[in-house]
Amino acid sequence: MSVTAATAPAYRRLARNRASRERELVTPEGLALPLTLASRGSRIGALLLDLLFLILALIAFVIVLGMIGINLATGSGGEEVTPAVELVVVVIILIVFFARYGYFLAFELGPRGATPGKRLLGIRVAARSGERLTAEAVIARNLLRDFEVFIPLAYLLSLAGGGVSGDGVMGWATFAWLMLFLFFPVFNKDRLRAGDLIAGTWVVEAPRVKLAQAMSTAPDHSKDYRFGEAELSVYGEHELQVLESVLRQNNPEAMREVMFAICRKIGWQAGAGYEREFLEAFYNALRGHLESGMRFGKRKADKFS
Amino acid sequence: MALNIFARKEMDTIPAIEAASLRSDRFRLEREGDWRRLDAIVTALEKGRVRRLADADLMDLPVLYRKTASSLAVARETSLDAATLAYLEALVRRAWFQVYGPRVGLAGWARRFFAGGWSASVRALWLDICIALFVMVAGTVVGWLLVAQDENWYYALVGDMAGGRGPGASREQLLETLEPAASAEGLGAFAAYLFSNNAGVCILAFALGFAFGVPSLLLLVHNMALLGAMLYVFDQQGLLWPFAAWLSVHGTTELFAILLSGAAGLHIGRSMVFPGTRTVMASAAVAGRRSAQVMAGCVIMLVIAGLLEGFARQLVGTAEARASIGGIMLGLWLAYFLLVRPRVDRNGESSA
Repeated sequence: MSVTAATAPAYRRLARNRASRERELVTPEGLALPLTLASRGSRIGALLLDLLFLILALIAFVIVLGMIGINLATGSGGEEVTPAVELVVVVIILIVFFARYGYFLAFELGPRGATPGKRLLGIRVAARSGERLTAEAVIARNLLRDFEVFIPLAYLLSLAGGGVSGDGVMGWATFAWLMLFLFFPVFNKDRLRAGDLIAGTWVVEAPRVKLAQAMSTAPDHSKDYRFGEAELSVYGEHELQVLESVLRQNNPEAMREVMFAICRKIGWQAGAGYEREFLEAFYNALRGHLESGMRFGKRKADKFS
Repeated sequence: MALNIFARKEMDTIPAIEAASLRSDRFRLEREGDWRRLDAIVTALEKGRVRRLADADLMDLPVLYRKTASSLAVARETSLDAATLAYLEALVRRAWFQVYGPRVGLAGWARRFFAGGWSASVRALWLDICIALFVMVAGTVVGWLLVAQDENWYYALVGDMAGGRGPGASREQLLETLEPAASAEGLGAFAAYLFSNNAGVCILAFALGFAFGVPSLLLLVHNMALLGAMLYVFDQQGLLWPFAAWLSVHGTTELFAILLSGAAGLHIGRSMVFPGTRTVMASAAVAGRRSAQVMAGCVIMLVIAGLLEGFARQLVGTAEARASIGGIMLGLWLAYFLLVRPRVDRNGESSA
């Protein structure tokens, strides 16, 4: 098929990247459930989103508190107001501290096991061993977040700003030590941060997929198009799935191209105007052919096999 | 577009089973009702709307989950419909996370934590606590001896945190640093600052345990050497008892928290060096979860220590009163950690 041929290199590279992130989890029912580890990019993205939300929420909160503090100070007037203002300062310091840890904790302990940033990017935290994700695990992975992410970043920022000197053996040792933690996920195949390692967790993709329409409920054209054994044994499962996605996308240009490619391959004369009908009939016939082969234990991965 | 049934929108009704010409599609249409129902239940659970679900739905969740899981197993062997397979895999995975997901939220965890989870995990760390305690005492002694030999060590250890408590200071100067403040003004913010700072040290001690526990111990030694140096300076002027009392108000709680966090870090490090029959990764995970409980408790201890340091220490004047506050706090912590046992079963006696 010309569509596959044109996109093959990118397609294959993407497939190889995904394959390196495929893991299997065996449920108590004995069913092997495929999991895909979250890519490093989406995890960084999720962290940045979370930090953004956290900072925005804190700014809003501090502004509100500041307004209350000002109101208290101006409302009563005089010297006695200091305890009230002081109370506000105490509350702000405590809130900032607990927000830093509480935000990640509360959301990851929720039913979706993900902070808002993770949720937006379709990833979540899961226990590595396939057992229940416990509160202790979530706490452990978040206690280390501070040390792994925030301290190295603060160090880098102050290094750039000239706050600390990066010279000398101690400077380099500190730098290497902190960077080791920051880049920990790059050095292991499961993309674990140190916190994940300690807590026995990992971060996986958790997309919500909508169920698409069944393919063979479209009007039946098997009377108009009859495909023989020889014509159907040209293609395999991979081509069938490409054809499925072409049909689901329903793009006239692509459908015409695919139809011409198929007709060339099986030696038919392509007729313009009935692309969809032809492709649906061919899809149904090919799928029926391959699935009946499956029932007898014969599988054909693609056109080369 | 003539045919819009492939458009991406929510389907309302399931087509009749006979409409499908492929056997695998008929298989799918027969079971689609169950899948959609499971999807709706799981979605409601994910959004935290457990109360709005009918009891019947919750009762059926495990059954629907198993049915869908077996549908997936069959579909993998009989169907080549990639979209259906992707949907089923995602649905079974989501349902699995709900059926085997975390049972307790933050509130439920907190209840279990205070009713014995915390003290049980502290007791489980007894060996690490002993090691950390030994290291802390050794650090104090080392600090004392170093300054006793050469007073320059004091400045190397304490740095600019001394605040007029140097070796050359007179008895009056030292006594002055122990005086209570005139009023509580500004102390609240000070206490909150101290807490935030000390919590950072504790979490650092824990996080450093990751590197086989050695940095945790070094951190403990350094902090305690500082204490030993200060003890020596006050002892030179015969003020050891007032200083110790002054320190004990919050020190018993704070040093206990530092001890526990150091021990928690050490516990992880030790479990990675000596994983026993488990793999290193599994052993680290078990130790990490246990230590996390202890650490969450340390943060609470530090809040209390910060309050004691900010208010009680500056307001209570006499050494005896200070020492008794510190002693009572230490007694309370020890009693909690040693006596509070987690509930064994639902009908068992209450933990406290």
